[in-house]
Amino acid sequence: MSPVRVISAVGGRVLRLALLLATVAVASFVLMVNSPVDPVSAYVGADVAVIGPEQRALIAERWGLDDPPLERFGAWLGNLLQGDLGHSLTFNQPVTEVIAQRFLTSLALMSAAWLLSGLIGFALGVLAGVQRGRAADRVVTWWAYTLASAPTFWVGLLLLYVFSVWLGWTPVCCAVPVGVTADEVGLLDRIHHLLLPAVTLSIVGVAPVVLHTRHAVVEALESDYVAFARAQGESTAGVVLHRVLRNAAAPALLLQFSSWGELFGGSVLAEQVFSYPGLGAATTAAALGQDVPLLLGIALFTTVFVFVGNAIGDLVHAQVDPRIRRVGASWRSRGRATAEEVA
Amino acid sequence: MTTTIAAQAAEHLPNRRRRTLFWIGAAAAVVLGVVVAGTLSADAAQTTALADRNLGPSAAHPFGTDWLGRDVLARALAGLRLSLLVGTSAALISAAIAVVLACAAVVFGGVVDRIVSWLVDAFLALPHLVLLILLAFALGGGTHAVVIAVAVTHWPTLTRVLRGQARQVMASDYVAVARGLGRSSWAIASTHLARHVLGHVVVGTVLLFPHAILHEAALSFLGLGVDPAEPSIGVLLAESMRYLTAGAWWLALLPGLCLLIVVKLVDTIGENARALVDPRSVHL
Repeated sequence: MSPVRVISAVGGRVLRLALLLATVAVASFVLMVNSPVDPVSAYVGADVAVIGPEQRALIAERWGLDDPPLERFGAWLGNLLQGDLGHSLTFNQPVTEVIAQRFLTSLALMSAAWLLSGLIGFALGVLAGVQRGRAADRVVTWWAYTLASAPTFWVGLLLLYVFSVWLGWTPVCCAVPVGVTADEVGLLDRIHHLLLPAVTLSIVGVAPVVLHTRHAVVEALESDYVAFARAQGESTAGVVLHRVLRNAAAPALLLQFSSWGELFGGSVLAEQVFSYPGLGAATTAAALGQDVPLLLGIALFTTVFVFVGNAIGDLVHAQVDPRIRRVGASWRSRGRATAEEVA
Repeated sequence: MTTTIAAQAAEHLPNRRRRTLFWIGAAAAVVLGVVVAGTLSADAAQTTALADRNLGPSAAHPFGTDWLGRDVLARALAGLRLSLLVGTSAALISAAIAVVLACAAVVFGGVVDRIVSWLVDAFLALPHLVLLILLAFALGGGTHAVVIAVAVTHWPTLTRVLRGQARQVMASDYVAVARGLGRSSWAIASTHLARHVLGHVVVGTVLLFPHAILHEAALSFLGLGVDPAEPSIGVLLAESMRYLTAGAWWLALLPGLCLLIVVKLVDTIGENARALVDPRSVHL
C-alpha cells in the first residue's frame, strides 16, 4: 500500500468524522439553546425557591447566559477544541472525567454482550441456514423475530425477577457488591454482577445477526461452487466449514460492528434496569437532572463511538471478503492484484 | 386457542394470497380491538382501590392490581392504546418525510441528492436512543415531546430504501423509453415512479410502527417520556421495578407481554404486506 493512499484514506475518514461531529455539535447546541429548560433553575435545583432575582442575574451573568447564542456557541466550541467539555452538575466532575470513568464500566458490559450476541447469533444463524425449512430453522427464525419485537428493558426485568429475586443466583443491582471498598472487589464479583445485564443486552442484539447470517448461509449453499463441491463428494459439514462459514462471517461482522449505536442504546436501558453505573445510566441521569454539558458531551462521544464501529466494520469486512475491496474507496484497496485487475 | 382456530381457518383458504390477506385482516382486527378496549378502560385505569393493593392475577383482575389497587389489565390496555397512537403518528409523519426526501433526491439529483444523503448520515450518526433523549429533553419532556421526538427520527432508513428503489426505477429501460418519447418528468414520476414505490412506502410505514412503539416505551421507561401520571407501557414497567423484589411479577410480565404481542401483530401485518408487494422476498 503506498503511503499517499494511506494518508488520503485516513484523511478522508477523519474529515468525515470532523464534519459529522460539527453537525452534531451545532444541532445539539441549537436544541439545547431552544429548550424550555431554565439553566439557572437546573443548576440551583431544589433551592431555586430560595434565591432572589439578583442572585439569578448574577449566575446568568457569570455563565454568560444573556450573551447572544452565537457568542455562547463560540465560547463552547473554543473550550471544546481545547478538550474542555464543561462541568457536569449531576456528578460534580468535569464532563470528560465522567465520560471516561463511566465508559470504562460500560465497556465491560457492552463488550461482553457484543461477543455473546455475535457468537450465539452466528452459530444459530448457521444452524438455521443449514437446516433451512426444517424444525430447527423455524424455531430459530421465530425466536429471532420475537426477540426483535421485545423491549430490551422488559427482557431485563424478567431475567432480574427469575434469576435474582426468585432463584437468588445473581445480585439485584449494581456493578460491585454494596458496602465494599473498590480494592476489595474481586474479578469474580465483577463478573457475577455483569452476568445478567450482559445477557439482557446480548439477547436483543442476537436477532439481526441470526437473520442476516441465515440469509448469507442460504445464499452460499445455493451457489455454484457449493454445488460443485458437493458433486466432488464433499460432505455437508465440509461444505459448511470450508465454503460457507467465511462467506457468512463477512455480513455478520459488518453488522456487529455497525450495531454499536444499538448496543449503546440497549446499554442505556439495561443499565437502568440493573442500576449498573455505566455511561448509559449517566445519560439517563443527565437528561433527568437537566445536565446540559454532560448531555452534549455524551452526544459527541457516542457519535465518535458509532463512527469508529462503522469504520472498523468496513475494514474487517474488506479483510474477510476480498470482493468488497475493488468497489471500496481507495483506502481499502491493498497492494496486491484486485479481482478487477486479474479479470 | 384462538390462534389455532384462526390457523385452521387460514388453511382452508384456497391460495396463499388469500391466506396472506386473511392474516393481515385478522391482525388488524385485533389491533383495532385493543384501541377500542383501551379507550373504554381509560377510567378504570385510573381508579384506585386501596383495599385491593398488590393482588396477584385472579378472575376479577386477570392481570392483578398494582400498589394503589388499580387494575393492571385496564392500565395495560390504556397504555397499549397510547403506544398505538404514538406509533401511528410517528409512522405516518416519518413516512411522509421519507417520501418527500427520497423523491426530492431522485428527481432533482445532484446537490439535493447529496444533501439528503448527508441528512440521513447525520441522523444515523448518534445512537437512536441518545438522539431521542436529546430531542425529548430539548422539547421539554412530556407526552407531546415524546410523540414529536419519535415521529421526526424514524425516517432515515426508510428514506435510504426508497431512494434506492426510486433510482432503480429511474434507471430502467421503460423510463428511458418514456423519456425518449418525450413524456414530461411529472408524467414519468406519476405513471412509473409513484406506482412502483407506493407499495414499498406502505410496507415501510407499517414496519416503522414497531420501532416507534418500542422507542416510546423505552423513553417512558427511563422517565423521559410520557407524563408518569398517564398509563403507558413504559411507565407501567418502570413502576413495576419497585415491586419486583417484593415478588409482584405480574406487574412486569403481563403488560410487557401485551406490548410484545401488539408489536408482533403489527409486524405480521407488515411482513405479510411485503409478501404481497414484493413476492420474491418470501423465498429467502
